[in-house]
Amino acid sequence: METIMNAMPFLLEGLQVTLYIFIIAIILGFIIGLIVALLRLAPIKILNWIAKIFVDAIRGTPFIVQLFFIYFGLNSLGFFSMDNTTAGIVTVAINAGAYFSEIIRAGIQSIDRGQTEAARSLGLNATQNMRHIILPQAFRRMLPTITNQAIISLKDTSLLSVIGIADLTQEGRIQASQTFEAFTIYLTLGVIYFIVIYLLSMLASFVERKFVLR
Amino acid sequence: MTMIRVENLKKSFGKIEVLKDMSTVIEEKEVVCVIGPSGSGKSTFLRCLNRLEEITGGHVYIEGTDITDPKVDINKVRQEVGMVFQQFNLFPHKSVLENITLAPMKLKKTNKKAVTEKAYELLDKVGLREKANAYPGELSGGQKQRVAIARALAMDPKIMLFDEPTSALDPEMVGDVLDVMKQLAVEGMTMVIVTHEMGFAREVGDRVMFIDGGYIVEENVPSELFGNPQHERTKAFLSKVL
Repeated sequence: METIMNAMPFLLEGLQVTLYIFIIAIILGFIIGLIVALLRLAPIKILNWIAKIFVDAIRGTPFIVQLFFIYFGLNSLGFFSMDNTTAGIVTVAINAGAYFSEIIRAGIQSIDRGQTEAARSLGLNATQNMRHIILPQAFRRMLPTITNQAIISLKDTSLLSVIGIADLTQEGRIQASQTFEAFTIYLTLGVIYFIVIYLLSMLASFVERKFVLR
Repeated sequence: MTMIRVENLKKSFGKIEVLKDMSTVIEEKEVVCVIGPSGSGKSTFLRCLNRLEEITGGHVYIEGTDITDPKVDINKVRQEVGMVFQQFNLFPHKSVLENITLAPMKLKKTNKKAVTEKAYELLDKVGLREKANAYPGELSGGQKQRVAIARALAMDPKIMLFDEPTSALDPEMVGDVLDVMKQLAVEGMTMVIVTHEMGFAREVGDRVMFIDGGYIVEENVPSELFGNPQHERTKAFLSKVL
Protein backbone atom coordinates (compact mmCIF):
# COMPACT_ATOMS: atom_id res chain seq x y z
CA MET A 1 0.00 0.00 0.00
CA GLU A 2 2.82 2.32 0.89
CA THR A 3 4.50 1.56 -2.41
CA ILE A 4 1.35 2.63 -4.23
CA MET A 5 0.95 5.79 -2.18
CA ASN A 6 4.55 6.79 -2.79
CA ALA A 7 4.35 6.09 -6.51
CA MET A 8 0.96 7.72 -6.99
CA PRO A 9 2.05 11.37 -7.43
CA PHE A 10 4.43 10.31 -10.21
CA LEU A 11 1.82 8.10 -11.85
CA LEU A 12 -0.76 10.88 -11.77
CA GLU A 13 1.73 13.23 -13.38
CA GLY A 14 2.21 10.64 -16.11
CA LEU A 15 -1.54 10.29 -16.44
CA GLN A 16 -1.79 14.02 -17.08
CA VAL A 17 0.69 13.72 -19.93
CA THR A 18 -1.19 10.71 -21.34
CA LEU A 19 -4.52 12.54 -21.23
CA TYR A 20 -3.06 15.72 -22.70
CA ILE A 21 -1.59 13.83 -25.65
CA PHE A 22 -4.72 11.71 -26.06
CA ILE A 23 -7.17 14.62 -26.09
CA ILE A 24 -5.23 16.73 -28.59
CA ALA A 25 -4.43 13.73 -30.79
CA ILE A 26 -7.98 12.42 -30.83
CA ILE A 27 -9.42 15.81 -31.84
CA LEU A 28 -6.80 16.20 -34.58
CA GLY A 29 -7.37 12.58 -35.56
CA PHE A 30 -11.08 13.18 -35.91
CA ILE A 31 -10.51 16.20 -38.14
CA ILE A 32 -8.04 14.18 -40.25
CA GLY A 33 -10.55 11.32 -40.40
CA LEU A 34 -13.36 13.60 -41.55
CA ILE A 35 -11.23 15.22 -44.25
CA VAL A 36 -9.91 11.87 -45.51
CA ALA A 37 -13.42 10.39 -45.53
CA LEU A 38 -14.71 13.31 -47.61
CA LEU A 39 -11.74 12.98 -50.00
CA ARG A 40 -12.50 9.30 -50.28
CA LEU A 41 -16.10 10.04 -51.26
CA ALA A 42 -15.39 13.11 -53.41
CA PRO A 43 -16.39 12.80 -57.07
CA ILE A 44 -12.74 13.25 -58.12
CA LYS A 45 -10.75 10.07 -58.76
CA ILE A 46 -7.30 11.41 -57.81
CA LEU A 47 -8.55 12.54 -54.38
CA ASN A 48 -10.09 9.10 -53.79
CA TRP A 49 -6.73 7.53 -54.57
CA ILE A 50 -4.76 9.82 -52.27
CA ALA A 51 -7.16 9.05 -49.43
CA LYS A 52 -7.07 5.34 -50.10
CA ILE A 53 -3.26 5.20 -50.23
CA PHE A 54 -3.06 7.09 -46.93
CA VAL A 55 -5.49 4.74 -45.20
CA ASP A 56 -3.83 1.62 -46.61
CA ALA A 57 -0.36 2.85 -45.61
CA ILE A 58 -1.42 3.47 -42.01
CA ARG A 59 -3.45 0.28 -41.71
CA GLY A 60 -0.70 -1.80 -43.26
CA THR A 61 2.11 -0.72 -40.92
CA PRO A 62 2.63 -1.14 -37.17
CA PHE A 63 2.04 1.84 -34.90
CA ILE A 64 5.55 1.71 -33.53
CA VAL A 65 7.07 1.89 -37.02
CA GLN A 66 4.92 4.94 -37.77
CA LEU A 67 6.13 6.50 -34.53
CA PHE A 68 9.81 5.86 -35.31
CA PHE A 69 9.34 7.09 -38.88
CA ILE A 70 7.81 10.36 -37.72
CA TYR A 71 10.10 10.99 -34.75
CA PHE A 72 13.46 9.64 -35.93
CA GLY A 73 12.85 9.44 -39.66
CA LEU A 74 11.41 12.89 -40.37
CA ASN A 75 13.68 14.61 -37.83
CA SER A 76 16.74 13.03 -39.44
CA LEU A 77 15.99 14.87 -42.69
CA GLY A 78 16.95 18.07 -40.89
CA PHE A 79 14.21 20.35 -42.24
CA PHE A 80 12.77 20.80 -38.76
CA SER A 81 13.13 19.35 -35.32
CA MET A 82 10.07 17.96 -33.65
CA ASP A 83 10.15 17.26 -29.93
CA ASN A 84 9.02 13.84 -28.78
CA THR A 85 5.65 15.01 -27.45
CA THR A 86 4.75 16.65 -30.77
CA ALA A 87 5.88 13.56 -32.66
CA GLY A 88 3.77 11.42 -30.32
CA ILE A 89 0.69 13.57 -30.82
CA VAL A 90 1.17 13.62 -34.60
CA THR A 91 1.57 9.84 -34.78
CA VAL A 92 -1.48 9.07 -32.67
CA ALA A 93 -3.51 11.66 -34.62
CA ILE A 94 -2.53 10.31 -38.03
CA ASN A 95 -3.03 6.72 -36.95
CA ALA A 96 -6.44 7.40 -35.43
CA GLY A 97 -7.32 9.60 -38.42
CA ALA A 98 -6.89 6.73 -40.85
CA TYR A 99 -9.16 4.46 -38.84
CA PHE A 100 -11.67 7.24 -38.16
CA SER A 101 -11.86 8.00 -41.87
CA GLU A 102 -13.02 4.46 -42.61
CA ILE A 103 -15.61 4.65 -39.82
CA ILE A 104 -16.87 8.02 -41.05
CA ARG A 105 -16.97 6.87 -44.67
CA ALA A 106 -19.03 3.81 -43.74
CA GLY A 107 -21.29 6.02 -41.61
CA ILE A 108 -21.91 8.46 -44.45
CA GLN A 109 -22.56 5.65 -46.91
CA SER A 110 -25.02 4.01 -44.53
CA ILE A 111 -27.42 6.97 -44.80
CA ASP A 112 -30.21 6.32 -47.27
CA ARG A 113 -29.81 7.97 -50.68
CA GLY A 114 -33.30 9.38 -50.33
CA GLN A 115 -32.02 11.79 -47.67
CA THR A 116 -29.62 13.39 -50.14
CA GLU A 117 -32.28 13.42 -52.85
CA ALA A 118 -34.78 15.17 -50.56
CA ALA A 119 -32.20 17.74 -49.46
CA ARG A 120 -30.97 18.42 -52.98
CA SER A 121 -34.53 18.64 -54.36
CA LEU A 122 -35.16 21.47 -51.90
CA GLY A 123 -32.24 23.37 -53.38
CA LEU A 124 -29.59 22.67 -50.74
CA ASN A 125 -26.14 22.29 -52.28
CA ALA A 126 -23.84 19.32 -51.68
CA THR A 127 -22.05 20.97 -48.75
CA GLN A 128 -25.27 22.01 -47.00
CA ASN A 129 -26.63 18.51 -47.51
CA MET A 130 -23.51 16.95 -45.97
CA ARG A 131 -23.44 19.36 -43.04
CA HIS A 132 -27.11 19.53 -42.06
CA ILE A 133 -28.56 16.24 -43.24
CA ILE A 134 -25.98 13.49 -43.73
CA LEU A 135 -23.25 14.05 -41.12
CA PRO A 136 -25.56 14.61 -38.11
CA GLN A 137 -27.31 11.32 -38.87
CA ALA A 138 -24.08 9.50 -39.70
CA PHE A 139 -22.36 10.60 -36.47
CA ARG A 140 -25.10 9.15 -34.32
CA ARG A 141 -24.67 5.83 -36.04
CA MET A 142 -20.88 6.00 -35.83
CA LEU A 143 -20.59 6.86 -32.15
CA PRO A 144 -20.07 3.32 -30.78
CA THR A 145 -17.34 2.57 -33.36
CA ILE A 146 -15.73 5.97 -32.83
CA THR A 147 -15.58 5.27 -29.09
CA ASN A 148 -13.97 1.94 -29.77
CA GLN A 149 -11.26 3.54 -31.89
CA ALA A 150 -10.69 6.28 -29.30
CA ILE A 151 -10.08 3.59 -26.66
CA ILE A 152 -7.59 1.83 -28.93
CA SER A 153 -5.79 5.14 -29.51
CA LEU A 154 -5.66 5.83 -25.79
CA LYS A 155 -4.00 2.47 -25.26
CA ASP A 156 -1.63 3.18 -28.17
CA THR A 157 -0.31 6.24 -26.31
CA SER A 158 1.36 3.85 -23.90
CA LEU A 159 3.79 2.99 -26.73
CA LEU A 160 4.97 6.60 -26.75
CA SER A 161 7.07 5.79 -23.69
CA VAL A 162 9.64 4.24 -26.04
CA ILE A 163 10.58 7.67 -27.41
CA GLY A 164 11.00 8.95 -23.87
CA ILE A 165 7.70 10.73 -23.34
CA ALA A 166 6.94 10.83 -19.61
CA ASP A 167 3.47 9.38 -19.98
CA LEU A 168 1.69 7.11 -17.55
CA THR A 169 3.47 3.98 -18.77
CA GLN A 170 6.89 5.63 -18.68
CA GLU A 171 6.31 6.87 -15.11
CA GLY A 172 5.21 3.37 -14.17
CA ARG A 173 8.39 1.86 -15.59
CA ILE A 174 10.51 4.33 -13.62
CA GLN A 175 8.63 3.59 -10.40
CA ALA A 176 8.87 -0.16 -10.98
CA SER A 177 12.63 -0.03 -11.44
CA GLN A 178 13.17 2.28 -8.48
CA THR A 179 11.03 0.37 -5.98
CA PHE A 180 11.68 -3.21 -7.23
CA GLU A 181 7.93 -3.71 -6.75
CA ALA A 182 7.12 -4.46 -10.36
CA PHE A 183 4.04 -6.54 -9.55
CA THR A 184 2.34 -3.86 -7.47
CA ILE A 185 3.29 -0.96 -9.72
CA TYR A 186 2.21 -2.57 -12.99
CA LEU A 187 -1.01 -3.77 -11.37
CA THR A 188 -1.69 -0.20 -10.27
CA LEU A 189 -0.83 1.05 -13.74
CA GLY A 190 -3.32 -1.37 -15.25
CA VAL A 191 -6.02 -0.29 -12.83
CA ILE A 192 -5.48 3.38 -13.69
CA TYR A 193 -5.74 2.70 -17.44
CA PHE A 194 -8.81 0.59 -16.82
CA ILE A 195 -10.54 3.33 -14.83
CA VAL A 196 -9.78 6.00 -17.44
CA ILE A 197 -11.08 3.82 -20.26
CA TYR A 198 -14.12 2.84 -18.23
CA LEU A 199 -14.93 6.52 -17.64
CA LEU A 200 -14.42 7.20 -21.34
CA SER A 201 -16.89 4.54 -22.38
CA MET A 202 -19.38 5.77 -19.77
CA LEU A 203 -19.10 9.26 -21.25
CA ALA A 204 -19.64 7.81 -24.72
CA SER A 205 -22.76 5.90 -23.76
CA PHE A 206 -24.09 9.02 -22.02
CA VAL A 207 -23.62 10.99 -25.26
CA GLU A 208 -25.17 8.13 -27.22
CA ARG A 209 -28.27 8.15 -25.06
CA LYS A 210 -28.53 11.91 -25.36
CA PHE A 211 -28.45 11.80 -29.14
CA VAL A 212 -30.53 8.68 -29.55
CA LEU A 213 -31.72 8.04 -33.11
CA ARG A 214 -35.40 8.70 -33.42
CA MET B 1 -47.24 30.42 -69.68
CA THR B 2 -45.08 27.36 -70.26
CA MET B 3 -43.61 25.99 -67.02
CA ILE B 4 -41.89 22.86 -68.30
CA ARG B 5 -40.72 22.11 -71.82
CA VAL B 6 -39.19 18.72 -72.54
CA GLU B 7 -37.43 18.29 -75.89
CA ASN B 8 -36.22 14.89 -77.09
CA LEU B 9 -35.30 13.82 -73.57
CA LYS B 10 -33.08 10.74 -73.41
CA LYS B 11 -31.75 9.00 -70.33
CA SER B 12 -29.51 5.93 -70.13
CA PHE B 13 -28.16 4.05 -67.15
CA GLY B 14 -24.95 2.59 -68.53
CA LYS B 15 -25.97 0.74 -71.67
CA ILE B 16 -29.64 0.56 -70.77
CA GLU B 17 -31.69 3.28 -72.40
CA VAL B 18 -34.60 4.04 -70.09
CA LEU B 19 -36.01 7.17 -71.73
CA LYS B 20 -35.76 7.05 -75.49
CA ASP B 21 -37.20 10.23 -76.92
CA MET B 22 -39.68 12.24 -74.94
CA SER B 23 -41.11 15.63 -75.74
CA THR B 24 -43.94 17.45 -74.03
CA VAL B 25 -44.99 20.85 -72.75
CA ILE B 26 -46.60 21.55 -69.38
CA GLU B 27 -48.36 24.87 -68.89
CA GLU B 28 -48.78 26.91 -65.73
CA LYS B 29 -51.47 25.55 -63.34
CA GLU B 30 -51.71 22.35 -65.30
CA VAL B 31 -52.01 19.07 -63.38
CA VAL B 32 -50.44 16.23 -65.34
CA CYS B 33 -50.76 12.66 -64.11
CA VAL B 34 -48.19 10.21 -65.42
CA ILE B 35 -49.24 6.57 -65.59
CA GLY B 36 -47.68 3.45 -67.03
CA PRO B 37 -46.44 -0.04 -66.18
CA SER B 38 -43.64 -0.42 -63.67
CA GLY B 39 -40.23 -0.07 -65.28
CA SER B 40 -41.66 2.08 -68.07
CA GLY B 41 -39.52 5.07 -67.07
CA LYS B 42 -42.16 7.30 -65.50
CA SER B 43 -40.22 7.91 -62.26
CA THR B 44 -37.01 8.50 -64.22
CA PHE B 45 -38.88 10.98 -66.40
CA LEU B 46 -40.03 12.86 -63.31
CA ARG B 47 -36.56 12.83 -61.76
CA CYS B 48 -35.10 14.34 -64.94
CA LEU B 49 -37.37 17.36 -64.48
CA ASN B 50 -35.27 18.60 -61.52
CA ARG B 51 -32.10 16.85 -62.66
CA LEU B 52 -32.03 14.37 -59.79
CA GLU B 53 -31.01 12.15 -62.69
CA GLU B 54 -28.34 13.50 -65.00
CA ILE B 55 -29.89 13.86 -68.43
CA THR B 56 -28.20 11.93 -71.25
CA GLY B 57 -29.67 13.77 -74.20
CA GLY B 58 -32.18 16.42 -75.22
CA HIS B 59 -33.29 19.45 -73.23
CA VAL B 60 -35.50 20.23 -70.27
CA TYR B 61 -36.56 23.84 -69.78
CA ILE B 62 -37.99 24.96 -66.44
CA GLU B 63 -39.60 28.39 -66.86
CA GLY B 64 -37.41 28.88 -69.89
CA THR B 65 -34.14 27.88 -68.20
CA ASP B 66 -32.39 24.95 -69.85
CA ILE B 67 -31.41 22.77 -66.89
CA THR B 68 -29.28 20.52 -69.11
CA ASP B 69 -26.91 23.47 -69.54
CA PRO B 70 -23.93 22.65 -67.27
CA LYS B 71 -23.56 26.34 -66.41
CA VAL B 72 -27.05 26.60 -64.93
CA ASP B 73 -27.28 26.97 -61.12
CA ILE B 74 -29.35 23.84 -60.56
CA ASN B 75 -29.80 24.57 -56.83
CA LYS B 76 -31.55 27.79 -57.76
CA VAL B 77 -33.88 25.98 -60.19
CA ARG B 78 -34.64 23.27 -57.62
CA GLN B 79 -35.87 25.90 -55.19
CA GLU B 80 -38.68 26.53 -57.67
CA VAL B 81 -39.47 22.85 -58.14
CA GLY B 82 -40.73 20.98 -55.08
CA MET B 83 -40.56 17.20 -54.97
CA VAL B 84 -42.42 14.58 -52.96
CA PHE B 85 -41.09 11.02 -52.82
CA GLN B 86 -42.67 7.62 -52.49
CA GLN B 87 -40.58 6.93 -49.36
CA PHE B 88 -41.22 10.42 -47.88
CA ASN B 89 -37.50 10.96 -47.10
CA LEU B 90 -38.17 13.15 -44.09
CA PHE B 91 -35.07 14.03 -42.08
CA PRO B 92 -35.35 11.70 -39.05
CA HIS B 93 -33.03 13.77 -36.84
CA LYS B 94 -35.15 16.90 -37.21
CA SER B 95 -38.56 17.67 -35.78
CA VAL B 96 -41.51 18.17 -38.13
CA LEU B 97 -41.13 21.93 -37.79
CA GLU B 98 -37.37 21.77 -38.46
CA ASN B 99 -37.96 19.56 -41.50
CA ILE B 100 -40.13 22.31 -42.94
CA THR B 101 -38.02 25.32 -41.92
CA LEU B 102 -34.54 23.94 -42.68
CA ALA B 103 -34.35 24.75 -46.39
CA PRO B 104 -36.02 28.19 -46.28
CA MET B 105 -33.86 29.11 -43.29
CA LYS B 106 -30.68 28.24 -45.20
CA LEU B 107 -31.71 29.45 -48.64
CA LYS B 108 -34.16 32.32 -48.29
CA LYS B 109 -33.32 35.74 -47.04
CA THR B 110 -36.22 35.89 -44.61
CA ASN B 111 -36.05 35.89 -40.84
CA LYS B 112 -36.66 32.95 -38.58
CA LYS B 113 -39.98 34.26 -37.34
CA ALA B 114 -41.48 34.59 -40.81
CA VAL B 115 -40.24 31.14 -41.81
CA THR B 116 -41.72 29.58 -38.66
CA GLU B 117 -45.06 31.32 -39.16
CA LYS B 118 -45.18 30.09 -42.72
CA ALA B 119 -44.35 26.56 -41.52
CA TYR B 120 -47.31 26.60 -39.12
CA GLU B 121 -49.56 27.83 -41.92
CA LEU B 122 -48.44 24.90 -44.05
CA LEU B 123 -48.98 22.50 -41.17
CA ASP B 124 -52.52 23.84 -40.86
CA LYS B 125 -52.97 23.27 -44.55
CA VAL B 126 -52.01 19.60 -44.26
CA GLY B 127 -53.86 19.26 -40.94
CA LEU B 128 -50.85 18.53 -38.73
CA ARG B 129 -50.25 21.66 -36.64
CA GLU B 130 -50.31 19.61 -33.44
CA LYS B 131 -47.40 17.49 -34.72
CA ALA B 132 -45.00 20.43 -35.14
CA ASN B 133 -42.66 19.22 -32.41
CA ALA B 134 -42.98 15.51 -33.12
CA TYR B 135 -40.22 13.61 -34.91
CA PRO B 136 -40.82 11.75 -38.17
CA GLY B 137 -40.42 8.40 -36.41
CA GLU B 138 -43.52 9.18 -34.35
CA LEU B 139 -45.76 9.77 -37.38
CA SER B 140 -47.83 7.40 -39.49
CA GLY B 141 -47.05 7.05 -43.20
CA GLY B 142 -49.84 9.34 -44.26
CA GLN B 143 -48.76 11.98 -41.77
CA LYS B 144 -45.16 11.71 -42.95
CA GLN B 145 -46.19 12.25 -46.54
CA ARG B 146 -48.26 15.29 -45.62
CA VAL B 147 -45.27 16.74 -43.76
CA ALA B 148 -43.13 16.02 -46.84
CA ILE B 149 -45.61 18.00 -48.95
CA ALA B 150 -45.49 20.88 -46.46
CA ARG B 151 -41.68 20.74 -46.51
CA ALA B 152 -41.63 21.05 -50.30
CA LEU B 153 -44.19 23.88 -50.24
CA ALA B 154 -42.12 25.86 -47.71
CA MET B 155 -39.79 26.92 -50.53
CA ASP B 156 -42.74 28.47 -52.39
CA PRO B 157 -42.17 26.36 -55.48
CA LYS B 158 -43.90 27.12 -58.75
CA ILE B 159 -43.96 23.46 -59.74
CA MET B 160 -44.55 20.35 -57.62
CA LEU B 161 -43.36 16.90 -58.66
CA PHE B 162 -44.91 13.84 -56.99
CA ASP B 163 -43.23 10.46 -57.36
CA GLU B 164 -45.86 7.82 -56.49
CA PRO B 165 -46.78 9.73 -53.31
CA THR B 166 -49.33 7.19 -52.08
CA SER B 167 -47.71 3.92 -53.12
CA ALA B 168 -46.03 3.30 -49.77
CA LEU B 169 -49.13 4.11 -47.70
CA ASP B 170 -51.67 1.92 -45.98
CA PRO B 171 -54.97 2.16 -47.88
CA GLU B 172 -56.72 4.16 -45.15
CA MET B 173 -53.98 6.82 -45.29
CA VAL B 174 -54.18 7.41 -49.04
CA GLY B 175 -57.27 9.63 -48.91
CA ASP B 176 -55.73 12.25 -46.60
CA VAL B 177 -52.70 12.69 -48.86
CA LEU B 178 -54.79 12.85 -52.03
CA ASP B 179 -57.04 15.46 -50.40
CA VAL B 180 -54.04 17.71 -49.76
CA MET B 181 -52.95 17.27 -53.38
CA LYS B 182 -56.44 18.01 -54.66
CA GLN B 183 -56.46 21.21 -52.62
CA LEU B 184 -53.12 22.21 -54.18
CA ALA B 185 -54.50 21.56 -57.65
CA VAL B 186 -57.53 23.72 -56.90
CA GLU B 187 -55.25 26.53 -55.75
CA GLY B 188 -53.56 26.47 -59.14
CA MET B 189 -50.24 24.72 -58.46
CA THR B 190 -48.52 23.30 -61.52
CA MET B 191 -48.17 19.61 -60.73
CA VAL B 192 -46.66 16.52 -62.32
CA ILE B 193 -47.79 13.37 -60.54
CA VAL B 194 -46.55 9.85 -61.16
CA THR B 195 -49.34 7.71 -59.77
CA HIS B 196 -51.15 4.40 -59.74
CA GLU B 197 -54.34 6.04 -58.45
CA MET B 198 -56.38 6.00 -61.64
CA GLY B 199 -59.43 7.47 -59.90
CA PHE B 200 -57.37 10.42 -58.73
CA ALA B 201 -55.81 10.92 -62.17
CA ARG B 202 -59.26 10.94 -63.75
CA GLU B 203 -60.71 13.34 -61.21
CA VAL B 204 -57.86 15.81 -60.63
CA GLY B 205 -55.69 15.58 -63.73
CA ASP B 206 -56.04 18.12 -66.52
CA ARG B 207 -54.10 15.71 -68.64
CA VAL B 208 -52.99 12.10 -68.32
CA MET B 209 -49.74 10.94 -69.85
CA PHE B 210 -49.22 7.25 -70.57
CA ILE B 211 -45.55 6.24 -70.63
CA ASP B 212 -44.32 2.84 -71.78
CA GLY B 213 -40.97 1.54 -72.96
CA GLY B 214 -39.27 4.90 -72.60
CA TYR B 215 -41.75 6.82 -74.78
CA ILE B 216 -44.74 9.01 -74.09
CA VAL B 217 -47.15 6.72 -75.90
CA GLU B 218 -50.23 8.87 -75.54
CA GLU B 219 -51.39 11.94 -73.63
CA ASN B 220 -54.83 13.42 -73.45
CA VAL B 221 -57.52 14.78 -71.15
CA PRO B 222 -58.50 12.06 -68.65
CA SER B 223 -61.96 11.39 -70.09
CA GLU B 224 -60.46 10.72 -73.52
CA LEU B 225 -57.42 8.76 -72.39
CA PHE B 226 -59.40 6.52 -70.07
CA GLY B 227 -62.59 6.43 -72.17
CA ASN B 228 -61.18 6.28 -75.65
CA PRO B 229 -57.51 5.23 -75.66
CA GLN B 230 -55.94 5.33 -79.12
CA HIS B 231 -52.95 3.02 -78.78
CA GLU B 232 -52.94 -0.73 -78.30
CA ARG B 233 -50.44 -0.46 -75.45
CA THR B 234 -52.60 2.07 -73.63
CA LYS B 235 -55.63 -0.17 -74.05
CA ALA B 236 -53.72 -3.22 -72.80
CA PHE B 237 -52.44 -1.31 -69.74
CA LEU B 238 -55.81 0.20 -68.88
CA SER B 239 -57.58 -3.14 -69.22
CA LYS B 240 -55.24 -4.47 -66.53
CA VAL B 241 -55.52 -1.64 -64.03
CA LEU B 242 -59.11 -0.42 -64.38
